[in-house]
Amino acid sequence: MDAVLELRGVSKQFHGHRAVDDVSLAVPRGSLFALVGPSGCGKTTVLRMIAGFEIPTTGQVLLSGADVAGLPPYQRNVSTVFQNYALFPHLTARQNIEFGLRRRKASDLDRRVRDVLDLVQLAGKEHRKPAQLSGGEKQRVALARSLVLEPDLLLLDEPLAALDPKLRRQVRVELKSIQRRVGVTFLMVTHDQEEAMSMADSIAVMNKGRLEQIGPPREIYSRPATRFVAGFLGEVSWLNGFGLRPESIILSADGRPATVRSAVYLGNCLRLELQLESGETLLAETNPGARHTAGDQVNVTWRPEDELHVD
Amino acid sequence: MSRALALTAAAVLAFLHLPLAVLTVFSFNASRFTVWEGFSFKWYAALAQDTRLIEGAWNSLLIAAAATIFATAAGTLCAYGLWKRRAPLLTGTLYLSLVTPEIVTGVSLLAFYQFLFRYLDIRLGMHTVILAHVTFSVAFVVVVVLARLRTMDATLEEAAMDLGATEWGAFFRVTLPALLPAVAASALLVFTLSFDDYVITSLVAGVDSETLPMVIYAMARRGVNPAVNAISALIVVGLGFFILAAERLREP
Amino acid sequence: MWTKVRFWTLAPSRLLMGLLFAAPLCIVAAYSLLTRGAYGGQSPPWTFESYARLLDPLYAAILFRSLWIAALSTALCLLLGFPLALFISRSAKRKNLYLQLVMLPFWTSFLVRTYAWMFLLRDTGLINTILQSLGLIREPLPLLYNEWAVVVGLVYGYLPFMVLPLFATLERIDPNLLEAAADLGARDTDTLFRIIVPLAMPGIVAGCVLVFIPCLGAYLTPDLLGGGKSMMAGNLVQNQFTNARDWPFGSAASLTLMAMVMLALAWLARRQKGDLL
Repeated sequence: MDAVLELRGVSKQFHGHRAVDDVSLAVPRGSLFALVGPSGCGKTTVLRMIAGFEIPTTGQVLLSGADVAGLPPYQRNVSTVFQNYALFPHLTARQNIEFGLRRRKASDLDRRVRDVLDLVQLAGKEHRKPAQLSGGEKQRVALARSLVLEPDLLLLDEPLAALDPKLRRQVRVELKSIQRRVGVTFLMVTHDQEEAMSMADSIAVMNKGRLEQIGPPREIYSRPATRFVAGFLGEVSWLNGFGLRPESIILSADGRPATVRSAVYLGNCLRLELQLESGETLLAETNPGARHTAGDQVNVTWRPEDELHVD
Repeated sequence: MSRALALTAAAVLAFLHLPLAVLTVFSFNASRFTVWEGFSFKWYAALAQDTRLIEGAWNSLLIAAAATIFATAAGTLCAYGLWKRRAPLLTGTLYLSLVTPEIVTGVSLLAFYQFLFRYLDIRLGMHTVILAHVTFSVAFVVVVVLARLRTMDATLEEAAMDLGATEWGAFFRVTLPALLPAVAASALLVFTLSFDDYVITSLVAGVDSETLPMVIYAMARRGVNPAVNAISALIVVGLGFFILAAERLREP
Repeated sequence: MWTKVRFWTLAPSRLLMGLLFAAPLCIVAAYSLLTRGAYGGQSPPWTFESYARLLDPLYAAILFRSLWIAALSTALCLLLGFPLALFISRSAKRKNLYLQLVMLPFWTSFLVRTYAWMFLLRDTGLINTILQSLGLIREPLPLLYNEWAVVVGLVYGYLPFMVLPLFATLERIDPNLLEAAADLGARDTDTLFRIIVPLAMPGIVAGCVLVFIPCLGAYLTPDLLGGGKSMMAGNLVQNQFTNARDWPFGSAASLTLMAMVMLALAWLARRQKGDLL
């Protein structure tokens, strides 16, 4: 595998507190890689160490094979799209995009700016200041400002967090299509597992400064390595030694008997909280047409391959 | 809102403004005494003849301009450094300088200069006044600029460096432009503080560096003189105009 | 990464404040412990005698008067400043205009503003001239060169320092609270003293300290508006350094004045617990 970025045993300590603990991972060139975890898990610190805003306490940060752990941000060919975009308020969209090119004294500045404006569909709005742009437009300026530098690796810090929830689904698709077209490696950090699963080629799940699991979305969802990963990516009911996702539960006459504790109609499904005879509780999502109410007796079953077995 | 409150507020505002307004009106009085005898520009004409006054005004302008440039530059840089990381000793010294009575700052500078002159062949003059003014105004610049920095987004500088700017590049291209209104406001403050200062200046000025406040002080001490009204009115109107112009510049 | 930049951003101020502010204060501190020479100047032996002399009734009276005049001026500033700040905080449209009106005198020369009161208060000044021409008095009233003239000058000079912090806290008071108080049966005076004043306390304290400190160290106002009998600590310091040429005693007076200022600030810091400025 051709890894554009490789972390080897990277740790970061702040005032005696270990924010990042011995993280090693490799990001394949040309992929969209997502680093997910709850807030405070250290994922943003990892991103900042790759960008060069923080220096690792120990470990190596290899960019295309060269260790950059001690280099300042302006000597690394990576670029960041900040969560709040960090657009320079006194410069127009175009001047924001030109900023990095001018620092590098790029020769074909006009052509590159035009190309990137077309790519993010901002042509015609390049003379506006950030305050005159909508949230989505600001994000595209931030993206263009970084992409125009043709970085080896583009870092995106919670790229959709500042957007209107309605816009998010649309932007997910756009971001992914831009990534495919330009072929630049994207490494994005998010706390939203749905966002990560819908966009990323591979996902790394972090918890309390440690890396829990890396793999393609399907694999980590259906074969989580730890209870934390299983629970972080979706709902799980834990039975004796294994876990079950709500959508794996099948109501069928020859299953185990259970009592409906509550039933909530959610439109696309009916959500049931069941209690087995053993006393264990189980969440199930079933056909919205079913008409179960609290107190009903049902029988449940599931396919053995849907059981989640963790360490 | 009650009428009594409005009336009290109006009275207090009058208390703040009437003395200078009356002073200005009487600068146009033809009489030497405080009895209105008709409109006249003669006291203003007298000012134009007063070489000591003109020289003092010129000195004050030079000193204020120099002090503004140095104090604003040093104070802005200092605020920037303090925004990046704390420096308790320096911060403490700056705050101390803000609350130290002017007379104490003045006599300690005088003692310091006298102490220095035992070893160096220099005298009190424009340079000692300028240094004194820079010293007492740096803290004002730091406070004003730091307040603006505290409202700023620290990720802007990270973004600039991420895009290839060096530390200094990020400061000059991203942070400084955003700071300019605060820098201008603090420069204005330094200019007025320096132009106006009498207490410290009178202690550290030499024979060739008499400033406008020193001349006015001497005239006021000597007694009734409508020429002092005239120069006062000029200062009030001049500084007022200066402030209004600066306000305009700040709001584009 | 910041070390170099940080060094160069702080270096000019460190040099300036160290050499021209901290070092001079240290020199004055040292002088205050020396003995006055025969022709001025200062020399060993080291002694606390200058500080002991401040306890002399003549000088103690000056220090006490400084405290009294500063306290009185502060109280008057609060009395005048509170209604004005309250009025401005409640005026909807013209807030900025009123604030600028309060700040405008602050931007003009302090010396000129003090001179304006000489012009108004002296024997042949405007107030006496008007009163005489109206036939209300025959001889001019001795308005200038007394403690009251100093207090008027200080109140006039530092009133903006009171109004601004007061306004800042008063403006933040939720108008709903006042309506709620009225709804619960409070009369205007109840609302003022039970709701507005307690909520404005941080601003009141800050304003009082901002006025008290410069009043305590005042030099120009008592020098121009006060007579020999209304001398304040600042005048004592100046007098010892220029006329009397007793630098050790002047230095001791300076440090005592500083100590009084620091005590006022320490009180503020205890009350506000945090940012002073």
